[in-house]
Amino acid sequence: MANTKIVSLSGDDVRFKKTNAVENSAKILLTLCALVAVAAVICISAYMIISGIPALLQVNPLEILFGTVWAPTAAEPSFGIAFVILTSIVGTAFAVLLGVPVGVLTAVFLAELAPAKVAAVVRPAVELLAGIPSVIYGLLGMVILNPLMYKLELFVFKGSTTHQYTGGANMISAVLVLAIMILPTVISVSETSIRAVPKEYRSGSLALGGSKIQTIFRVVLPTAKSGIMTAVVLGVGRAIGEAMAITLVSGSSVNLPLPFNAVRFLTTAIVSEMGYASGLHRQVLFTIGLVLFVFIMIINTVLLKVSSAAVKEK
Amino acid sequence: MKRNTIGKLVALTAAVSMVLAGCGSSSSTTASAATQASAEETTEAAQAATEETAEAASTETAEQTDADLSGSLSMAGSTSMEKVANALAESFMAKYPNTTVTAEFTGSSTGVEAVLAGNVDIGNSSRSLTDDEKSQGAVENIIAIDGIAVITDPANTASDLSKEDLVAIYKGEKTNWSEFGGPDEPIVVIGREAGSGTRGAFEELLEIEDQAAYASELDSTGAVIARVASTPGAIGYASLDEVDDTVKALSIDGVEANEENIKAGSYVLSRPFVMATNGEISEQSELVQGFFAYLSSEEGQEVIKGVGLILPD
Repeated sequence: MANTKIVSLSGDDVRFKKTNAVENSAKILLTLCALVAVAAVICISAYMIISGIPALLQVNPLEILFGTVWAPTAAEPSFGIAFVILTSIVGTAFAVLLGVPVGVLTAVFLAELAPAKVAAVVRPAVELLAGIPSVIYGLLGMVILNPLMYKLELFVFKGSTTHQYTGGANMISAVLVLAIMILPTVISVSETSIRAVPKEYRSGSLALGGSKIQTIFRVVLPTAKSGIMTAVVLGVGRAIGEAMAITLVSGSSVNLPLPFNAVRFLTTAIVSEMGYASGLHRQVLFTIGLVLFVFIMIINTVLLKVSSAAVKEK
Repeated sequence: MKRNTIGKLVALTAAVSMVLAGCGSSSSTTASAATQASAEETTEAAQAATEETAEAASTETAEQTDADLSGSLSMAGSTSMEKVANALAESFMAKYPNTTVTAEFTGSSTGVEAVLAGNVDIGNSSRSLTDDEKSQGAVENIIAIDGIAVITDPANTASDLSKEDLVAIYKGEKTNWSEFGGPDEPIVVIGREAGSGTRGAFEELLEIEDQAAYASELDSTGAVIARVASTPGAIGYASLDEVDDTVKALSIDGVEANEENIKAGSYVLSRPFVMATNGEISEQSELVQGFFAYLSSEEGQEVIKGVGLILPD
């Protein structure tokens, strides 16, 4: 569209009135498009709050947030999601702990060290990783990771009579899948911020006798710090909101998030029970959605703070 | 759909009668004109002719004649029967648009109580009626049988479990296959998510409601079968008709899980789905009779099979 406009403007018979009409209608169109996104956010927020609140009026919110027993269909139902919240926090934290170092170092490699030919292979690979649907991660995790984890589990808990065997669908599997899933985000955002570090900084460091690696870790990375922080926060956002992949590998039982336990995340708690839930059970699932929504809001606020801090620094 | 067919039939009969009456114009224009002009006049003739033409033109002949079912039918009862009751209600209402079927899911016992008190037309019960209920006039109309198979991975050498073993396994009290003639392998207990009808039925039949300790709670029958098939030492359960040869179905108390044994009542993990009426079906209103006629029609039976249930003999 932009192209045709330029052509028409540079054409010989540009009439002021016509241009004006085009300008105005384009403005209106663009404003409408912008409003769609805003309207969607408002609708979703309103919907989450309206459908998440009713359960809180019937069940004590503290009981939901800090209760540890999830038995929604029992004769005396209990809706504690403490373990679910804890799983989401711990799972995301470990996924970030694993994924961020690998991602940032890959970004350093791509931006600073990689020969053009190698970068030409690695970069498309990373981009492809970002494009793979999450269900594929889940399937691969289920087929490859879970059997491996089961072997590890059998080895670790050999002879144990108290451990409940999960068949490999456990916390570690979920964390590994999440760590790989956040890689593309972390890599591309950190690479951009590393490339944004002015060349003079590197030259200065090298001129003072610093080695290449010293320059990277003492000069470039500290300078790109805020960009890398943004990458971390985006990674956290991606990990905490992921459902499809981990629903296939995590076992989806509500348990304390220990490495070899089957676990249920906030997202998978909604996905796995929405199908047949009814009444209060269903309302509580919406409340879980609201909790997740609050988490995402917090992460976005942090992201805004981090990126505005980055702008100030520059 | 009904209106469409009837409209066509009226038009058809009208056209036929016009042709018979010797009108010279082409039949297609006559038909459209005739429906408007002679709709009232030909009603009687049409009704008489409908039955004749219907047999030739429509496949739904039998139902066509009692297509005038109307009114509202209420049922209440078993939550396990929610899926089948809703499916039947929807397809019945689609077929007879003048009827409304309402279903509440309050539990088997309250359903039977409600039908005996005359509050509803049909009481849904996912268990056989008790002698007490029968003596009060409730009639047990078994519309379907629900069967659940217990499955393991195909390499497992265990082939039979007693009901008590199954309870112990699902409660997490027994955790190794070697106790049951299988390999020295831990048992990975797999089940469905809370709210699932299969889980409800399984736990109810074993009387382990809310006591089961699952290692994995999966959200579909397909996922359970896939997980059990790929995990050595896994045990799971699934609706019998969904079980394929990627997994192995165990026999319970020496009784193999198949349609025959379920119909005979010897397989423990099965239960009847009863639509109880107060008195015999023939004593019920026309609508209720129509509903049961629909249940035993080919269409109704398809709906019942469609939600994974076994048809009684």
